[in-house]
Amino acid sequence: MKVLVPVKRVVDYNVKVRVKSDGSGVDIANVKMSMNPFDEIALEEATRLKEGGKVTEIVAVTCGVTQAQETLRTGMAIGADRGILVETGAEIEPLGVAKVLKALADKEQPQLIILGKQAIDDDSNQTGQMLAALLGWPQATFASKVVLEDGKVTVTREVDGGLETVALTLPAIVTTDLRLNEPRYVTLPNIMKAKKKPLETIKPEDLGVDVTPRLKTLKVAEPAKRSAGIKVPDVATLVAKLRTEAKVI
Amino acid sequence: MVALVIAEHDNAALKGVTLNTVTAAAQCGGEVHLLVAGSGCGAVAEQAAKVAGVSKVLVADAPHFADGLAENVAEQILAVASAYSHILAPASAFGKNILPRVAARLDVAQISEITKVDTPDTFERPIYAGNAIATVQSTDSVKVITVRGTGFDAAAAEGGSAAVETVSSVADSGKSTFVGRELAKSDRPELTGAKIVVSGGRGMGSGDNFKILEPLADKLGAAMGASRAAVDAGYVPNDWQVGQTGKIVAPTLYIAVGISGAIQHLAGMKDSKTIVAINKDPEAPIFSVADYGIVGDLFEVVPALVKELG
Repeated sequence: MKVLVPVKRVVDYNVKVRVKSDGSGVDIANVKMSMNPFDEIALEEATRLKEGGKVTEIVAVTCGVTQAQETLRTGMAIGADRGILVETGAEIEPLGVAKVLKALADKEQPQLIILGKQAIDDDSNQTGQMLAALLGWPQATFASKVVLEDGKVTVTREVDGGLETVALTLPAIVTTDLRLNEPRYVTLPNIMKAKKKPLETIKPEDLGVDVTPRLKTLKVAEPAKRSAGIKVPDVATLVAKLRTEAKVI
Repeated sequence: MVALVIAEHDNAALKGVTLNTVTAAAQCGGEVHLLVAGSGCGAVAEQAAKVAGVSKVLVADAPHFADGLAENVAEQILAVASAYSHILAPASAFGKNILPRVAARLDVAQISEITKVDTPDTFERPIYAGNAIATVQSTDSVKVITVRGTGFDAAAAEGGSAAVETVSSVADSGKSTFVGRELAKSDRPELTGAKIVVSGGRGMGSGDNFKILEPLADKLGAAMGASRAAVDAGYVPNDWQVGQTGKIVAPTLYIAVGISGAIQHLAGMKDSKTIVAINKDPEAPIFSVADYGIVGDLFEVVPALVKELG
């Protein structure tokens, strides 16, 4: 069984982004970029399924600039067998990415697509669900456990207030949540091996997909700052302040 | 212009966050309709009809809507979508799961987790875990939107008298089946809707130690939450997590106990009206957002606080 794992190159989660002074966006020049952490979890899950003998091939795919090749190499060091870069310098929204991925899925015919529930840059949480809809496949989002057997996938999902389990017929889409697994450390020998794995580069036009954005970003601003308050010496003062000043109890 | 709000419910009662979504929908400028897709959900439809500002309730009642499966609910929304300029759902696990399917099939972008409606086609939404706020304008004919509940007041649950109309139900997709659900049982208010939240962090030291927060939460009628560090350490269940990757809360009072204040936690609670921090480290970042801070050993401060509250 073939698994497709879409990944995204994003600003590293340890970087605190700064809003550009002209309000046109956030400044990502010269900041560290990494694979979206939820996508790393997706690759780890696919790799474990392969190690468990349920999966035969893992294809990592990404949309983005030339440097996104590095993200694919990381993916191949975790466990992907090959990579596909759909190269574009333009910003693509989740709908555009979903269309690109649909075209690739039509070509590659995977039985399972595993991807992160959201990217930590635009926080959209859309691509997996959109791809499922375009393909007409069932989906299980926010997965914390994935069991693949007998032509179906059973997924435990993290929902508000607890967990929920659904069973999907294959082919299907799974999006990962944080607690699905803990991605392995990438070792040097695996990084070296990843360099030799095949990496194909294509353009969105080659797939016949229109990825024109539908949203116009008018402005990006700093959130309203919260100023630090005061330290109070004891609980009596605290309770008095909460009652008479803040009036919240 | 008419907006359709997808009601979140458990077939017995409407979830509170639906009311915040109705407020966002009303700000989009036109009439507001509610879609209740469920199984044996008549009581929910009755409640929905009473929500202030809602002029019509559409009800799709069928066994395969019982558990909110995305494939079926999305298809039902699509069946009625042509009448609407805006389609909105709460940015909860329920809404986030379903709505992008609708947007993709309509071939429109989705605007996720809006916190403000500027005009009927322009919205504000947090990006980079709330470290920046983007103002985006949609060029699509239909606006498909998920709404962050904490950004909008709840519409009044009573006072409306909407017409209730039954719509024909779409067929079961047959591609997904609901297997089961394990929901945490608690007498406390739900975390995302609570007026007061008491949260513990890694400083609690163990799951057992969370018990010392219980009398405080009881006294204040508060929901209990936790930082990701406390959840990852296994002290408390996942669904207690407040933060970028957990729940976003904005209660009137948030009490952070033994929480250092990592960016990822602040992203989930910094819109609270009043924040209290209790931490033994005077340099902890949590104090930079707290209105009132107490530097001290939480195992002494918390019981003293309970006593002081009387």
